[in-house]
Amino acid sequence: MNQPAANQPYKLPPPLFNARCKACWFSAAVLALIVASFWSLNLQWAQFLSLDAARSMGRFLAEFFPPDTSPAFLFKVALATWETLAMSALGTLLAAAAGVALALPASRMHRDDPARGRAPTRLLLNMLRSIPELVWAGLLLIAAGLGPFAGTLALAMHTTGVLGRLFAEAVENAPQGPADALRAQGVGPIRVFLYATLPQVLPQLMSYTLYRWENNIRAAAVLGVVGAGGLGQLLSFHMGLFHMGKTATILAAMLLLVALVDALSYVWRRLLMR
Amino acid sequence: MSTTAAAPPMRDPAWLGRLFWLSAAVVLLWPLMVATEFEPWTLLERDNLKVTRQFLAGFLPPAYGAEFLAMLARETWRTVAIATAGMTMAFVLALPLTLLSTRVLSISALSGRMARAPFWVRQAVRWLLIVLRSVPELVWALVFVRVVGLGPTAGVLAIALTYGGMLGKVYGEILESGETHATETLLRNGSSRLQAFCYGLLPQNAAELTSYTVYRWECAIRSSVVLGFVGAGGLGQQMDNSMKMFNGGEVMTMLLVFMALVALADRVSAALRKGLG
Repeated sequence: MNQPAANQPYKLPPPLFNARCKACWFSAAVLALIVASFWSLNLQWAQFLSLDAARSMGRFLAEFFPPDTSPAFLFKVALATWETLAMSALGTLLAAAAGVALALPASRMHRDDPARGRAPTRLLLNMLRSIPELVWAGLLLIAAGLGPFAGTLALAMHTTGVLGRLFAEAVENAPQGPADALRAQGVGPIRVFLYATLPQVLPQLMSYTLYRWENNIRAAAVLGVVGAGGLGQLLSFHMGLFHMGKTATILAAMLLLVALVDALSYVWRRLLMR
Repeated sequence: MSTTAAAPPMRDPAWLGRLFWLSAAVVLLWPLMVATEFEPWTLLERDNLKVTRQFLAGFLPPAYGAEFLAMLARETWRTVAIATAGMTMAFVLALPLTLLSTRVLSISALSGRMARAPFWVRQAVRWLLIVLRSVPELVWALVFVRVVGLGPTAGVLAIALTYGGMLGKVYGEILESGETHATETLLRNGSSRLQAFCYGLLPQNAAELTSYTVYRWECAIRSSVVLGFVGAGGLGQQMDNSMKMFNGGEVMTMLLVFMALVALADRVSAALRKGLG
């Protein structure tokens, strides 16, 4: 007799591993990657978790106190903070200008635009973007020498890549109506951009630039570790000489700067959302 | 009646404003330029130009000796491994902190205001996360290099602490921003908090949480290269060495490998996140 059972037959739970289950493969791959990573790195847990390390860590932290608060040094830290801020601001500004200049060839302005420069410019932007600020700083130190100038250029390089790409996308996604109207009148491409596209995307460009500035302040604070000026350079200098009190002051200044930027951007965003 | 129509005025009506803002910009930019020692002409000085040209000339051809490539492959894997191990530890750190700090899992908050003690525990955990997050990973790495010596341990710990803070904060935000009705119902009907998390909150937000974690892993790969510059091992450390030796060919190969690595991580993470929807 092949009648269906009156009650639902007891169902087994699905098997744990199923060759068609993507999530299973994903989890297995992640697990394998994690195990391989820990296995190949040969981390020195014993050394880190030993009593010895705890003692040296304790001593290390104790040396931070008291932080150096002599007026002369505080003035130096304030100067370095100002330098950090200036580096980030000027770097972002340069990047915004270069970003706009590169976003034009990197975007297709209208449907029939051949946009021959689009692929190579985008490749250039991707290259600029994928090298971090710190690596740029290391490379530029050779050309520009130690100091904040190299840091500024490094920030500008990386940020140009980021902003150029964002700007290009903003330009491509802008409504086409006004630009088409001007183009139908025979207005040249530069004036079409200046009078139709730019006014439409300007708020977006501004908000991207401000957002990157916020990121760049954080990046500029540590950029100096390779010798590119600002708070980071002061930090690596005094840490190298084991001036722990001074190091503590610089670290505090760095944290304060980052916290301040975070708080300001939070408040700013809340105000904009309202 | 004159035969020539008056030509339309070509003068820019807004010239006064433009002039003012242009000069204001110059005045504002001046101190910035002084502070950053912005002197582009130093790039063009004879000595600098010579060094730069030598260094850049070394870029071509990129180094491709078998031994060098083997070393490069090993270091590239190390970079990925540091990022992955750091992310794993960050996850292990962030998970309990998230569970502690989510408001949704509060039982006292089901009926009116949250009781005082749990409120302050949650607030304290939040502050801890903020502190962990706001110290840049490079600073953590500098500190740990002092304590555990040069090598990947410092890099892993640095990524673990900074990214632990980031993950904890964002996990909390994701969990609190979603629909919490199912979780509340579970809690009201007497399930434990962990049960409510596993059967209510987690299934609802799993995709978003995974997607954010994958994105952070991608960021961790980028920052693990940077950490190498302060001695935390991996591609960055080798790059730093080659730069100090002015070995342009090696730097070029490493930059190419690094760009490929970043692009790969970018693609993998984009594909995974797309799959998660």
